[in-house]
Amino acid sequence: MLGRLTIDALPFYSWVAMAGAGVTVLGGLVVFALITYLGAWRYLWREWLTSVDHKKIGIMYIVLALVMLIRGFIDAIMMRAQQAIALNSEGYLPAEHFEQIFSSHGTIMIFFMAMPFVSGLFNVVMPQQIGARDVAFPFMNALSLWLTAAGAALVLVSLVVGKFSEAGWTGYPPYSGIQYSPGVGVDYWIWALLVSGVGSTLTGINFVVTILKKRAPGMTLMRMPMFTWTTLVVSLLMAFAFPALTVVAIQLGLDRYLGFHFFTNEAGGNMMNYANLLWIWGHPEVYILILPAFGVYSEVVATFSGKRLFGYDSLVYATACIGILSFTVWLHHFFTMGSSANVNAFFGIATMIIAVPTGVKVFDWLFTMYRGRIVFHPCMYWTVGFIVTFVIGGISGVLLALPPADYLMHNSTFLVAHFHNVLIPGALFGYFTGMNYWFPKAFGFKLNETWSIRAFWFWLIGFYLAFMPLYVLGFMGMVRRMEHYNVPEWQPYLVVAAVGAVFVLIGIFCIIMQFYVSFRDRAEAVDTTGDPWNGRTLEWATTSPPAPYNFAIIPNVEDVDAFADMKRRGVVGVRPAAYEDIVMPKSTGAGIILGGLAFVLGFAMIWHIWWLAACALVGSVVVLILRVSNDDDEFIITAAEVEAIESKRQFSQFKIATDASVAGRPRPDGQPAAGKI
Amino acid sequence: MALIDSWPRVLSLILILSVCLLVAGCGLDKAPMIDTKGPVAQAQRDLLFTGLFLMLIVAIPVFLLAGFFVWRYRANGGTGKYTPDWAYSGKIDAIIWLIPAIIVAILGYLLWTTTHRLDPYKNIGAADNAIVVQAIAQDWKWLFLYPEYGIATVNELAFPNERTLALRITSDTVMNSFIIPALGGQIYAMAGMTSRLHLVADEPGQFTGRNTMYSGDGFADQHFQAYAMSNADFEAWLQKVRQTGQSLDASAYETLAKPSTAHQVEYYADYEQDLFGRILAKYEQRPGGHSMMQDQ
Repeated sequence: MLGRLTIDALPFYSWVAMAGAGVTVLGGLVVFALITYLGAWRYLWREWLTSVDHKKIGIMYIVLALVMLIRGFIDAIMMRAQQAIALNSEGYLPAEHFEQIFSSHGTIMIFFMAMPFVSGLFNVVMPQQIGARDVAFPFMNALSLWLTAAGAALVLVSLVVGKFSEAGWTGYPPYSGIQYSPGVGVDYWIWALLVSGVGSTLTGINFVVTILKKRAPGMTLMRMPMFTWTTLVVSLLMAFAFPALTVVAIQLGLDRYLGFHFFTNEAGGNMMNYANLLWIWGHPEVYILILPAFGVYSEVVATFSGKRLFGYDSLVYATACIGILSFTVWLHHFFTMGSSANVNAFFGIATMIIAVPTGVKVFDWLFTMYRGRIVFHPCMYWTVGFIVTFVIGGISGVLLALPPADYLMHNSTFLVAHFHNVLIPGALFGYFTGMNYWFPKAFGFKLNETWSIRAFWFWLIGFYLAFMPLYVLGFMGMVRRMEHYNVPEWQPYLVVAAVGAVFVLIGIFCIIMQFYVSFRDRAEAVDTTGDPWNGRTLEWATTSPPAPYNFAIIPNVEDVDAFADMKRRGVVGVRPAAYEDIVMPKSTGAGIILGGLAFVLGFAMIWHIWWLAACALVGSVVVLILRVSNDDDEFIITAAEVEAIESKRQFSQFKIATDASVAGRPRPDGQPAAGKI
Repeated sequence: MALIDSWPRVLSLILILSVCLLVAGCGLDKAPMIDTKGPVAQAQRDLLFTGLFLMLIVAIPVFLLAGFFVWRYRANGGTGKYTPDWAYSGKIDAIIWLIPAIIVAILGYLLWTTTHRLDPYKNIGAADNAIVVQAIAQDWKWLFLYPEYGIATVNELAFPNERTLALRITSDTVMNSFIIPALGGQIYAMAGMTSRLHLVADEPGQFTGRNTMYSGDGFADQHFQAYAMSNADFEAWLQKVRQTGQSLDASAYETLAKPSTAHQVEYYADYEQDLFGRILAKYEQRPGGHSMMQDQ
C-alpha cells in the first residue's frame, strides 16, 4: 500500500539529521499556525496562490529563493564546520549524512535558490521593462512557479522522510545507479529535477515569446534594456538546455526503475554519455544563472552613475556571444575523461574565448562609471564588489580551461573555489542588487540602506575568507567532498574557511534585519512616484507597486533608455484624453493544483506507491484538460476603473541630466546627489 | 548593532586571520602542486602560473580602474567631469575587445601546444624504458598490477624513478579519478574501459596519490603512497613483495574487491593470469564487441 515507505524512513540514524527534520517540520507548522492565526488563508489563496499576475508570481519566486537560500546555507556552514574539525576524526557528521549535505547544498543552491531568484526577477521586471501588461502565457507562468515549488518541496521533504541523494548535485552514474545507490535519495533528486526542470523549460519558452511579441511600439530589439536582453538570451538558453537535463534525468530514472542500461557499468551502459548530456545542460546553466545578474548590474550602473550605459551595442553582442558559446564548451567539465588532445584543446580554446565577451562587459560597466556621477546606493556596493571579485573567479576559470592545468586541479578544492568565486559575486550578488533595486517597484517602499551595506560587507569578507583558503588547499592536494582527512597542514585553512561561513551567516542575518527594519519603517521610505532612483527604463514609468495592468496607456518607445527619454521630452505625467478597457487574465487555482499533483506524483514514484502515482498523473491530466477547455479566463478592467486608479497616481519629477544641461556648470561638490541632478 | 558597525574591530579581526593564514602558509611551500616532484606536474603547474600572469594584464587594469573611477566620479565629492550623454567611444570599444582577444589568442596557442605535449596518453620518456602498471579502482582502494614482474599490491605503488610510470587504469566499481598530485594528474577510471596516464619522478621520493572522484562512504580514505625508488631499492622492494606476498587468485580477488575502507597495504607475489583483461571483460558485454576505449 505504501510502497517502500515505512517507519524506518524517519531520520533516526543521526541526531543531526533528526534535528534538521525537526526544524523543517517545526518551521512548516509555525508558518501554518501563523497564517491560520492571522486568518490569512483566504487572502493568500485569492491574492497570491491563484494569481497569474507576473509581479506576484515574481515575488513568490523570490520568497521561495530566499527560503531555499537559508536552507542551502545551513548545509554549507555544516560542511565547513565538519571539515574544520575532521582532521583524523569523523567530526560530528557520519559519512552518509555529510554526503547528503553536499548533494543537497548544490542541488538547492542551483535549482531552488538561483533558478527561482532568476525567474522571480524576470517576472517582476521584464514585462514592465518592455511596456507589456503581462507575460505571453500568464497561466503557464503560474504553472512554472508551482512546478518549481513542488521540486523544492520534494527536497525539503527528503530531510524528514527518507534520505536525500548521496551522489552529489551532478549525480554521476554509475554511483547514482540502482546498484550503488539503492535507496530513495537519488530518486528524490531525479524527481525534484524533473518536476522543476519542466517548469524552467516552460519559463524559457514563455519569456522568449513575451519578449518577441509583447514589446511596446517602437521598442526594437536594439532598444531593449540590457536586463531584457539578458532575459531573452537566458530564456533561449533555458528553452534549449533544460530539455537535455530532463532527458538525462529520465534516462537515469529508467536505469533505476526499469532496469535499463543507459549509464550502468554492465550490458553496454556508458556513463560517459551521462557526463555529456548533463553538461550540455550544465554549462549553459552557468550562464542562465550569471547573465541575469549581468543584466541587473548593467541597469544599476547606468542608473546610479546618472549616465547612459557605455557601449550598449557591444554589451548586446557580448551577451549574445556568451549565449551561443555557452553551448560549445561543455566538455571542459571532463577534460580528464580521456579525450584526445585535439578534442580537449578545441574545447579549452572555446572556453577561453568566452572570457573575451565577459571581459568586454566588465570594461563596459567600468566605462559607464567613467565621467558619471556615482551615487553610492547599496546597489553600487554590491556591483563594485562583484566587478572586483568576479575578475578573480574569471581568471581561475581561464586557468581551468587549460587542459593540462585542469588535469592537476580537477575535482580539487581549487575547482570548488573557482565556481563559488564566479557564482557568488556573478550571480548571487547580482540577485541581491536586483532585489535592492526593484524592491520599491514591487512593494511601494524602499529597503533600508544601512542594513544592506552591512550585509554587503559581511558577505564580501565572508566570501574571501571562505573561498581563498580553498584555492590554496587545491594546491595542497585537497579534493572536494571529503568527510574527513589526515593532512594536518590543511586544517588551518579549513578553520579560516569556516570563519568565512560565519561571516556569511551574519550577512544573511543582516539581510533578514534589512527586511524587518524596512517593513517597520516603511512609512518613511514610501515610493510615491514609482521612480525612486531617477531610473532610465520603462519599469520606472509605472506606479510602485504597479497597477494590475502596469501601463494604462502603452508608451511609445523612441530610445534605449525609454523612460529617461520620456522624462527628457517632458511627456511623463501627460494624461490621455480617454482611457480604454483593459483585458486581463483571471486568477486560477489550476497552477497550484497541478504543482501539488506533481509533488504527489514525484513523492509516490520515489516511494514506489504506484496507485498514488497513477492517481496523481490522471488527476493532473484531468485538471489540465479542464483548464484548457475553460474559455472564460479573462476579465475586463473598465476605462472608468482605470481612470479612477490613474487619477490618484503621482508622476516622477526627476530631470535627466544631459551634456548640455551640465556643461559649464561648476560641480556641486559635497552634495548628497541622490538623483538630484 | 554597534559591534557590526565598528569597522576597526572587524578589520583587526581580518588582519589576525590573515596572519593565521600566513603562518599556516608554511604548509604551502610543501604543497604538492607547488613543490612538484616530476616534469609533468611541473609543466602543468608552470602553465597554470603562466596563464595567471597573462590574465593579470587584463585583471590589474580592472582593479585599478574600478578604484580610480569609483573615487574620481563619486557624486559626493568626486572631482571628475560629468558627461551624462557620453556612452560610446570606438577606440575604447576596440581596445576592450582586442586586448582580451590577443591574450586569449596567446593563451590559445599555449593551450594547443601544451595540451598535445602533456597528453596523458603519451609516453613522455623513451618507449622501451617505461614500467607498465595496471591500476584498478575498487571500493575504496587501489589495486596495482605489475605485468612485467607478475606481482600486485594494494594501496602502495612503487616504481624506479629512472623509468616512466606508464599507468593503465580501469575501475571495478563506480567512476574514480587517479591522481598523484606531486607528479601530475589526472585521469578517470571507468569500468570496462582503459585510460592511460604517464608520470615521471625527478628523484626518489614518497608521494601521496588518491581518488579525486567522490565514490561513496570510504572515499575520504581512498589514498595511497607512491614511492619513486632507485633501481637497487626497487629490486629490493620487488624481493620483499615476492617473499611476503600471498597469491591473488580468483577467490582472493573476489574478497578483495568487496568494499573496504582505509584498506591496509597488501602485497601479492603473483596474480591470476590476465587479471586486468578479465576485469575489463566483466563489463564488456557490448553488442559491438570491444569498445573503442579498449587499450590498443
